[in-house]
Amino acid sequence: MYTDKVMDHFTNPRNVGEIEDANGVGEVGNASCGDIMKIFLKVEDNIIKDVKFKTFGCGAAIATSSMVTEMAIGKTIDEALALSNQAVAEALDGLPAQKMHCSNLAADALHEAIKNYREHNS
Amino acid sequence: MNRIYLDYNATSPVRPEVLEVMLPFYKEQFGNPSSVHWAGRQVSGALEKAREQVAALINASPAEIVFVSCGSEGDNMAIKGTLTALKGKGNHVITTAVEHPAVLETCEALAKEGYDVTFLPVDKDGQLDLADLEKAITDKTVLISVMWANNETGNIYPIEEIGKIAKKYNIRFHTDAVQAVGKIPVDVQKANVDLLVISGHKIGAPKGVGAIYIRRGTRMATFLHGGHQERNRRAGTQNVAGIVGLGKACEIAGAELDDYYKRVRLLRDRLEDGILSQVPDIKLNGTPDRDQRLPNTLNVSFAYIEGESLLLNLDMFGIAASSGSACTSGSLEPSHVMGAMCVEVTLAHSSTRFSLGPETTAEDIDKVLEVLPATVQRLRDMSPLYNCGRTAEGCETCETVRRI
Repeated sequence: MYTDKVMDHFTNPRNVGEIEDANGVGEVGNASCGDIMKIFLKVEDNIIKDVKFKTFGCGAAIATSSMVTEMAIGKTIDEALALSNQAVAEALDGLPAQKMHCSNLAADALHEAIKNYREHNS
Repeated sequence: MNRIYLDYNATSPVRPEVLEVMLPFYKEQFGNPSSVHWAGRQVSGALEKAREQVAALINASPAEIVFVSCGSEGDNMAIKGTLTALKGKGNHVITTAVEHPAVLETCEALAKEGYDVTFLPVDKDGQLDLADLEKAITDKTVLISVMWANNETGNIYPIEEIGKIAKKYNIRFHTDAVQAVGKIPVDVQKANVDLLVISGHKIGAPKGVGAIYIRRGTRMATFLHGGHQERNRRAGTQNVAGIVGLGKACEIAGAELDDYYKRVRLLRDRLEDGILSQVPDIKLNGTPDRDQRLPNTLNVSFAYIEGESLLLNLDMFGIAASSGSACTSGSLEPSHVMGAMCVEVTLAHSSTRFSLGPETTAEDIDKVLEVLPATVQRLRDMSPLYNCGRTAEGCETCETVRRI
């Protein structure tokens, strides 16, 4: 049911963990639907230097979290804000239909982290 | 990679002895059992033998066994067939919040049609309080439907006690015994059951065949109209090979029941003890009294992680189990059984069921115990819920409870 890319990111997730001196943190999802994603950002000169994630969720939730961190690193904040959940799913060669709604929240978590960064650094 | 199958409550492989007796009915013994000629006669005898084999396993008469296509059909037939037949008598059904969807969804559909349905609650261990059952009975109650054993937790319900209550109030009693038959002794006389449903593929027969026991003299409405098969209870040319397989599987189950129980129970206990002692922050789902649980079933929640991701990780080691998480049920909510037991919602999403079978070995169990602790820890290290001050306590608010 999952693509090879999803399974690759699920079995070898990139950038798992926390950034101790993160200057942007965002969390989305809720326990009742079974997915919680937390993104940690290190932003310098308007560029995302480092991203890490922690996720409680299914295979799709973990794979999209991993993928969004790879996609965000090195991007400017505005570029990162333009990343959509859809783009993350496409980068993974697609997700099963029933996962598009519930487990495809990684870009939202990234956007929340950027919002948090802006609130504290403007 | 060595494959380890621990999902027998979902389905089981067809046993070689079962397949062997089935094969002639796809080849030389191809007749329609309703035909009078030699080809039909060859086959009708086999059908009646299977009926005897099924009846013997549950202490019924062969004439009380009707073959159906699956457990869900049997449950639908039992419930709808009763309510339609007893329409003049009442319109109230009592069932439980932890039934299989074959019963639960049937009752919910009937509720939408205007029937009154009571869904009995369970406690945190998934057990029923029979005082609730007696309190729910009204003069309009025509059916009590309680599963013999729960597919997710393995909890065995007090069917004999419920049978006594049903008899006392003269109410018909149906039990979905799909998970119980072949795993524990099932006796329709002792339990005073009127309707009981069996599924073939849970006990080493193929998918696509099941049986319903209908106590002699029980008035039922038919909802599959057509030919005169199955004493007019269920039209349609019989799935002869499947039925012959079901008969053989029941014969084997009866002969091996004691050995099966002892062997599987030992392995399950080894798995349960191993997990409980090696993995911290876990919750057993179902009754801690192992005598009150199916010998083959273990359901545990691993705090801070989600079930599907655990299953996928175990699958990479060739281990097949199942989960009550929303992701694996195809809905947005976790298992209704966990909800009814008031299991905290993240724990419900992480509930994981290991169900063993006759082919399970001690090596299988040891492999799981070798792989599982590190797999759980790896996912926990990835989880935002782990080590952040949140605990794995149960909920007080019960917001996940449905249908009660």
